[in-house]
Amino acid sequence: MHVFDTLSDRLQATFRRLRGKGRLSPDDVKEALREVRRALLEADVNHVVAREFIDRVQERAVGQEILQSLSAAQQVVKIVSEELTALMGGEQSRLARAAQPPTVVMLVGLQGAGKTTAIAKLARLLKTSEHRRPLLVAADVYRPAAVTQLQLLGEQIGTPVFALTGDALPHDIVDQALAHARRAGNDYVLVDTAGRLQVDSAMMEELRDLKALAAPQEILLVVDAMTGQDAISVAQEFHRVLGVTGVILSKMDSDTRGGAALTVRHATGCPIKYVGTSERPDGLEPFYPDRMASRILGMGDVLSLIEKAQATVDEGQARELEQKLLRNEFTFDDFLAQLQQVKNLGPLDQLLGMLPGMGRMKQMKESAADTGQLKKVEAIILSMSREERGRPELIEKSATRRMRIAKGSGTQVKDVNQLLRQFGEMRKVMKQFSGFGKGGRGAMKGMGGMGPFGGGMKGGPRDFAPRGGSRGKKRR
Amino acid sequence: MEGVWQVGLFDRFRQSLGKTRELFTERLASVLKRRKIDEGVFEELEEVLLSADVGFATCEDLLLRLRRESKRRGLESADELLPVLRGAIVELLGDSAAPVAESADGPTVILVVGVNGAGKTTLVGKLAHMYRAQGKRVLLAAGDTFRAAAVEQLVAWGERAGVDVVRQKTGSDAAAVIFDALQAAKSRGIDVLLCDTAGRLQNKQHLMDELNKVYRVINREIPGAPHEVLLVLDATTGQNGLQQAKVFREAARVTGVALTKLDSTAKGGVVIAVARELGIPVKLVGVGEKIDDVALFAPEDFASALLSADK
Ligand SMILES: Nc1nc2c(ncn2[C@@H]2O[C@H](COP(=O)(O)OP(=O)(O)OP(=O)(O)O)[C@@H](O)[C@H]2O)c(=O)[nH]1
Ligand SMILES: Nc1nc2c(ncn2[C@@H]2O[C@H](COP(=O)(O)OP(=O)(O)OP(=O)(O)O)[C@@H](O)[C@H]2O)c(=O)[nH]1
Ligand SMILES: [Mg+2]
Ligand SMILES: [Mg+2]
Repeated sequence: MHVFDTLSDRLQATFRRLRGKGRLSPDDVKEALREVRRALLEADVNHVVAREFIDRVQERAVGQEILQSLSAAQQVVKIVSEELTALMGGEQSRLARAAQPPTVVMLVGLQGAGKTTAIAKLARLLKTSEHRRPLLVAADVYRPAAVTQLQLLGEQIGTPVFALTGDALPHDIVDQALAHARRAGNDYVLVDTAGRLQVDSAMMEELRDLKALAAPQEILLVVDAMTGQDAISVAQEFHRVLGVTGVILSKMDSDTRGGAALTVRHATGCPIKYVGTSERPDGLEPFYPDRMASRILGMGDVLSLIEKAQATVDEGQARELEQKLLRNEFTFDDFLAQLQQVKNLGPLDQLLGMLPGMGRMKQMKESAADTGQLKKVEAIILSMSREERGRPELIEKSATRRMRIAKGSGTQVKDVNQLLRQFGEMRKVMKQFSGFGKGGRGAMKGMGGMGPFGGGMKGGPRDFAPRGGSRGKKRR
Repeated sequence: MEGVWQVGLFDRFRQSLGKTRELFTERLASVLKRRKIDEGVFEELEEVLLSADVGFATCEDLLLRLRRESKRRGLESADELLPVLRGAIVELLGDSAAPVAESADGPTVILVVGVNGAGKTTLVGKLAHMYRAQGKRVLLAAGDTFRAAAVEQLVAWGERAGVDVVRQKTGSDAAAVIFDALQAAKSRGIDVLLCDTAGRLQNKQHLMDELNKVYRVINREIPGAPHEVLLVLDATTGQNGLQQAKVFREAARVTGVALTKLDSTAKGGVVIAVARELGIPVKLVGVGEKIDDVALFAPEDFASALLSADK
């Protein structure tokens, strides 16, 4: 079994090793960066890109005389994540606008990447937050029911879809759609194209032709966040043929580390403008390079979580919790309080996925994501005495206490043991994380009252769907 | 079943996937030719493996085997390593002859599962055509009741393949559709029932629960079924593929992988990790968007293609 299965876990292990040695030799740095490389590869960063990245970090690390520094580990983490952020950074998330409407946006990419879904999301965004009048264009004449798919999505978001029946070619469809948009006064024209392989020259030629015809202000490459090493050739080739202007990274709600983001950015130099975060038309969010960096590094999407909760965080409570974590005094009482608050928050799996160290607490994540389990956990804690809640080691040491608690909560001793184990892990992770915060970007400070379960939050943040209801589809 | 699978299809598979052994030997071997085996050679092979999405751990394992074997055989020239490495990959891929299961009596039920956009519905369409071509009575179940036009898409494939589709309207309960289809399959004397399902990310617990429910319904209605649960993996997927296999296996007892989009430039190396760590064999490959772009998995060809410096 892998004890360290995320990048931050592994970095932490490496850096602990380094720290233990006191002074660092160049070989030590090399070793640390080997771990970084390994982790980047496991995050699916292309290996060539990873190599260049490592060289860059090494250069910078050595330049800063990190070898003499006492807090070398923290500095390396900082440099690694800053470099990652810088590489993926820049301007994002606004669509270009034509001087003379309509603005034409074309979405391109491999089969199944998420183009059609992204079109609907973009249209919805333009409509709701910018009060635009987009027209969707169904230019995928190949995939069975592609047109119907776009039409149904158009209906869902109340946006017109331009489609032609019969054997119309994409060229004619787009041509007529543009004329239609001008007549109807649509200020955005969003063209859905068929999925294609970047090495399919006939199909790539079709796109080149559409580009010449429609002179789009934006050509967005949609890339599945789960893409592996090949992202580099896909991005390079689409960019070479079309001159891509931006990227949409879809399926970011998966548990992939998403190294393809770095690869694609590297290969095209184009900003990642949006990320897809669900199958629903409202699942589109801006891209934040720093969050992506910490995700690739396995540090959890902490910042996203913070933003979601920021409005409702209780400052005082937050600081108190931070102190507790720093002193490793986080108790079952705190845990319980958080569990109870978090119930209002919405889908737990989604929430937990954003937290640091979760890679290491898969079990925790899985079990906590299940409300039944949550009740169980609650029952177990409630069956502990006050003293036990404050000092979990009491329970750890005593089999009779564990038996009593299991009985009291109507669970098995193994459930109690499991909770103890998970709680211990959690404390450890939180502790480590807080250590980083001091030297780095104040991650822990920023994390404030989030604690392991978002303590201090009072209401349900805006876009979590309410939990409950047995129909899964509602919560997609 | 073998007969139909192999006529023509297999050659096409070789063509599009393999660019055959010759090319492979040419490419990588030319890099390694007349070189002595040294660290540089292993580094080069590491790059090749990593760029094929084999993953770090599996890559290390393969190179370890390679070093050991090369020492044992006293190899000196680098190009002698290639067949050994290919052999090691084939070995990890496991049971190369893993056939697609068939029920001895009553309908064979095949459940097709996977993440969003992997190629499930297309695979169902292709398989429908295959089994039809073998003279089987085939029925499709439109188990994706969520995605816009998923039903319409499957119906279009049903028309192409000339088979019926059991469906309900979008938004209805997936398990209920599958239930209907199972009854229909039994009463109509169907040979093969192919069940499409909605794409789902494996980290969405409620969706995995929904899938598990579908699985249990099938299992309850026809003991021993589903006879095959195919996890559709997109060849362009990176290391997340391993996690997909783990979680889908828990929810729906995956029996085999269908590796789609192998006509792309991606090599799909993560299936080696899936076979190595989970023992799930690859059974089928998808090599295009046309109805007959499917073939049985051939480990030798796969390994060759994977090691070819470009595809
Ligand atoms: N969970 C999740 N699913 C997504 C996201 N974006 C797209 N999908 C799903 O991915 C699958 C493929 O999406 P499509 O929009 O049809 O992809 P496409 O690129 O248009 O596919 P082709 O037209 O066949 O090339 C569908 O099941 C979508 O619901 C996302 O951000 N998150
Ligand atoms: N090149 C290539 N494209 C494929 C292959 N298999 C499927 N596709 C394409 O990939 C896209 C998605 O395929 P679907 O069959 O709709 O995928 P799915 O898994 O059913 O998608 P969801 O139901 O949305 O999760 C379509 O554009 C298919 O034509 C293949 O083997 N090669
Ligand atoms: Mg599409
Ligand atoms: Mg489908």
